[in-house]
Amino acid sequence: MEDDAPVIYGLEFQARALTSQTAESDAIRFLVGTQSLKFDNQIHIIDFDDENNIISKSVLQHQAGEIWHISASPADKAVLTTCYNKTSESRVVTCGAVWRMPPEWESGSHESPDDPHNSHNPQNLELLCHLDNSSHGNASCVLWEPMGDGKHVISLADNHALLWDLTESSTQATISSSATLEGKGQLKFTAGKWSPHHNCTQLATANDTAIRGWDLRTMSQIYCIENAHGQLVRDLDFNPNKQYYLASCGDDCKVKFWDVRNINEPVKTLEEHSHWVWSVRFNHSHDQLVLTGSSDSRVILSNMVSISSEPFGHLVDDDDLSDGEDNHQDEKTQEPLQDSIISTYEEHEDSVYAVEWSSADPWLFASLSYDGRLVINRVPRALKYHILL
Amino acid sequence: MDGDICATATTPPDSDPARKRRVHGMLKLYYGLNEEGKTVDQAESMNPCDINGTHFDPEVYLNKFRRECSLGELMDQESCMVKQIRSLDSDMQTLVYENYNKFISATDTIRKMKNDFKKMEDEMDCLSTNMAAITEFSAHISGTLQDQHAQITKLSGVHNLLRKLQFLFELPARLNKCLELQAYSQAVSSHRRARCVLQQYSHMPSFRGIQDDCHAIMDKLAQELRQKFRDGGSSAKDLSECVELLLQLDEPAEELCDKFLIHAQSRLETNLRGLEAELRPPLSSGPTSVIDPSIGPARRLSAAPTAGSPTDPTSPGNPFLSSSSRTDILEFIDRGCNEFVSSLCLVIASYQELFVNRPQEGNLASKNIPQMAIGKLHAFVDAMATCYFSLVERRIQEEKSVGDNSLLVRALDRFHRRLQAVAKLLPGSAVPSQGTEIVVRAARERIKQYLAALQSFYLDSLRDVRQALAAPRLGGSSAGGGSHLAGSATGKDAPASLPELLSSLSASILNQIKSVLASVHLFTAKDITFSNKPYFKGEFCSQGVRESLVVNFIKFVCQSSRQFCESAGDRGGSTPPALLLLLSRLCLDYETSTITYILTLTDEQFLVQHRSPVTAVAALCGEAREAAQKLLKHYVKVQGLIISQMLRKSVETRDWVNTIEPRNVRAVMKRVVEDTTSIDVQVSLLYEEGTRKAHSSDSSKRTFSVYSGSRQQTRYAPSYTPSAAMDTNFLSNIHKLFSERIDIFSPVEFNKVSVVTGIIKISLKTFLECVRLRTFGRYGLQQIQVDCNYLQMYLWRFVSDENLVHFLLDEIVGSTAHRCLDPAPMEQSVIEVICERG
Repeated sequence: MEDDAPVIYGLEFQARALTSQTAESDAIRFLVGTQSLKFDNQIHIIDFDDENNIISKSVLQHQAGEIWHISASPADKAVLTTCYNKTSESRVVTCGAVWRMPPEWESGSHESPDDPHNSHNPQNLELLCHLDNSSHGNASCVLWEPMGDGKHVISLADNHALLWDLTESSTQATISSSATLEGKGQLKFTAGKWSPHHNCTQLATANDTAIRGWDLRTMSQIYCIENAHGQLVRDLDFNPNKQYYLASCGDDCKVKFWDVRNINEPVKTLEEHSHWVWSVRFNHSHDQLVLTGSSDSRVILSNMVSISSEPFGHLVDDDDLSDGEDNHQDEKTQEPLQDSIISTYEEHEDSVYAVEWSSADPWLFASLSYDGRLVINRVPRALKYHILL
Repeated sequence: MDGDICATATTPPDSDPARKRRVHGMLKLYYGLNEEGKTVDQAESMNPCDINGTHFDPEVYLNKFRRECSLGELMDQESCMVKQIRSLDSDMQTLVYENYNKFISATDTIRKMKNDFKKMEDEMDCLSTNMAAITEFSAHISGTLQDQHAQITKLSGVHNLLRKLQFLFELPARLNKCLELQAYSQAVSSHRRARCVLQQYSHMPSFRGIQDDCHAIMDKLAQELRQKFRDGGSSAKDLSECVELLLQLDEPAEELCDKFLIHAQSRLETNLRGLEAELRPPLSSGPTSVIDPSIGPARRLSAAPTAGSPTDPTSPGNPFLSSSSRTDILEFIDRGCNEFVSSLCLVIASYQELFVNRPQEGNLASKNIPQMAIGKLHAFVDAMATCYFSLVERRIQEEKSVGDNSLLVRALDRFHRRLQAVAKLLPGSAVPSQGTEIVVRAARERIKQYLAALQSFYLDSLRDVRQALAAPRLGGSSAGGGSHLAGSATGKDAPASLPELLSSLSASILNQIKSVLASVHLFTAKDITFSNKPYFKGEFCSQGVRESLVVNFIKFVCQSSRQFCESAGDRGGSTPPALLLLLSRLCLDYETSTITYILTLTDEQFLVQHRSPVTAVAALCGEAREAAQKLLKHYVKVQGLIISQMLRKSVETRDWVNTIEPRNVRAVMKRVVEDTTSIDVQVSLLYEEGTRKAHSSDSSKRTFSVYSGSRQQTRYAPSYTPSAAMDTNFLSNIHKLFSERIDIFSPVEFNKVSVVTGIIKISLKTFLECVRLRTFGRYGLQQIQVDCNYLQMYLWRFVSDENLVHFLLDEIVGSTAHRCLDPAPMEQSVIEVICERG
């Protein structure tokens, strides 16, 4: 089966922040935030037309500063948060804010991308509110409540985890509770993830080499995996279908899968990257598909069958039973469904800092490298059909 | 004739023999007895001139003479002739006289005979009359004796019958007496003689009575015999006699077999219990088994006399047994052989004599006893042997210490050898093959133990190496290597140790393997009986020694080496990097030579015939190489990590926006260079230099281009989306496009340059990533410029391709410039001045 060639899109600026538009379930849409100290930063809204293999984009101005993290509201398509650097008086501060995209942005999206006016006269984002945390330090990321109503966000700022309540219109944010990581030295959260399980009452954070779990109701630590990685932990993700399963990645070039009920040993370790792994993502529908991006410029799609929520081969069994061939069935069921690397994508030439599955099409994902290259790839068809059939 | 005549003439007539002969010849002629020279005679006889011939014609003769001879000759001839005639005349006279004499004496003899015959005739007449008288008398006597003879015959028959009857009537009493005297055999033979008769005439009351009495007595006798048989105290000879008698008494053979065997079993079980008692040492001696090898020699010395002497080892007088509760295996097996196996052999032999090989007589023949008996014997021997084997196996299993294999082998040999006796006695038995199986199992077990011993030895050696590595390194690395001096000191300490450690490690492992091979080789020694079994010729060598021991050990070495890579990375690199390096070199050495050497050695020593597929040398080498590769890769990773960590901390902890103008190279960079140098030294101790690209003449000096402004990255070939904006900085992109894309994470090769290059690449990449996460002020950028220049000055010499360092440092400075709020690069000349100042 011939697989479609990857689609590559280039940004003018360097970029680290990538998210899919979580609330959008029809169109394949990604949001990319740029990093530029000299020019106005932008948020690129990238639409991908799957049938025609065409990318169309819109650009929104984000004048507040260079974007380090971006995250889209699960409830309102137009609402998103960013973490951005603000430079003032030779001080660099990272802030978080909630933004609304102007309603007209979509009108320009179908214009010809060649039109220079389109990219040079972009519209501005509308600031809804600051997640003001001057007292708490630099924000490293803002997390929306998964599958929530867009009323709750958590921001991680230095060693604080802050739970914010947003008003109906998201124009005002108040801290409802907070947790602080105490310890010696300068502790700083590097990454976090809001668990979609347990009624969204759990949060996982990473600082240095440790992974911690928090109960949001009491804002207290519930578990701590010390030395989860040999070096800094860069990213976390929850298995969307298995409530205790967590993936992490870090500077030791490894991706580890944890069962948080047993934190002594990882369930599984992948060691495919040759440099820091910056991002790890479970597929939203088929959690055996795990995507990782690394500063070795590679994106790797792995098939972690052994720890996925999908029972292996039960569909295959059904088929065979209808065939009535016992031998065949035996063969199939005994055929070891092993964890494997599905594919290594080498379209990037610089470090890949973010990878993201599309929220609309489970077989499609985007990856973003520092040089501003966004690559959209699909899961190989053979595997897709293997999973589906 | 002339000759003859001349001879006659010349020889004097008185020469007797010749003359006599001639006379004799003439007589012969006369009587027609011509036996010699018949043909000559015939040839001559036709000659009329032959004076002796039959056809002699005097006329012709004379004429011939007259014609041929002169007068003188004739005269001579004539005188000669006369002489001859005279002598002939005298001869004739003599003959006649002699014959006459003989005739006279013959006549006398005949006359005398006539007289004798007459006398004899008279005597003969007398004899014949006497004979006639004798005949007459004899006829008369026989006539009178005729009727009496018949009577005598009858009487003697009656006498015999009466004797038999007397025997019968006396039988009970006799049997009783025999019973009293315990002359069982006599009793039985007596009874056997009478039995038939009694049986035949049992319808007569008197005989019946006798029979009943006899039966009662014989039953008693049988009872007694059985009792005796059962008591078991009796000797084998007695026992066999018992059995024989009982058999003759129509005792069922099966029962006897069973009893015999049960009896034997009880004896054998005593032996087994004795063995078992040795098997279960008191609890206190449990721990002593650990130190068994140390007391081994002493015990062996003590075992030797015991083994040699035929005395019963269980006798309380034996000092060696009483002194120690635990016997070594040789002694144990010896005891087993001497007691159990020889008893068993004895039992088999006597049993066979009794039941199997006995001449089949009378009604016993029909019962097919031998077959039944053999069957029972087999079952019995198998059962007993199973008990014995289980004991032996337990004992063998206790033999854990691998210190001295010869003892075990000797014990097994003896065990096996003694079982051959059973095989000889009992050809169809499964016992010897089971014994062989035990030996085989023991050998297998032994191989496993040796493997375990080798493995633990290897791990111990590694621990030693580790300690040796830790000792000198403590001074060097934990002190922080603050100065160049410290760095070089580490470098100087290491050369003394690293290669030495490597060689001593590999030598000690090799020695250990060799000694293990030598120990295992004992199993196949020529003088060991089981060494010619097919298992020891084939499978033991190939599957056992080669595969299970040698190959598995090599695999273990590779595997344990690989484990260092896996465990160390997770929880704070507990393995010292030097050990990784050393192991990597060890594995590489294994790949290049050691494996081949060891396997060749094994194959030669054991003459391995590869009937079953064996692991190929190439596969093992591949595995070793893989392990070496992995270790080296891990080494690069660990060392890279250490340097990376320093760089990362140095970048993360500084406020780069508000830093001061650079005056010095940061200490961390010096530290990086020092560490790289010491790594370089360390690696060069174990690995060759490797190839590098030619350096340009001014490698240490190179200007970094700082792309001020937005260093926008290109889309190199966007497949579908056209570029949204024109590149503002073509130069940078084109530069990047045409400079070869450098693979930062190429696999490590087995040479120093490649290793150090890998470490530097990882470190600089970390530097780059860290820089990209920060925002810089003007002086921050300048500091980075200075640092990179410094690194450039020192690092180029370590790498295979200096362009790589250039590229990465370029990238760092470029990224810094891009992340700089106020990008104002420093003058290259100033940078150089600062760097040279140090």
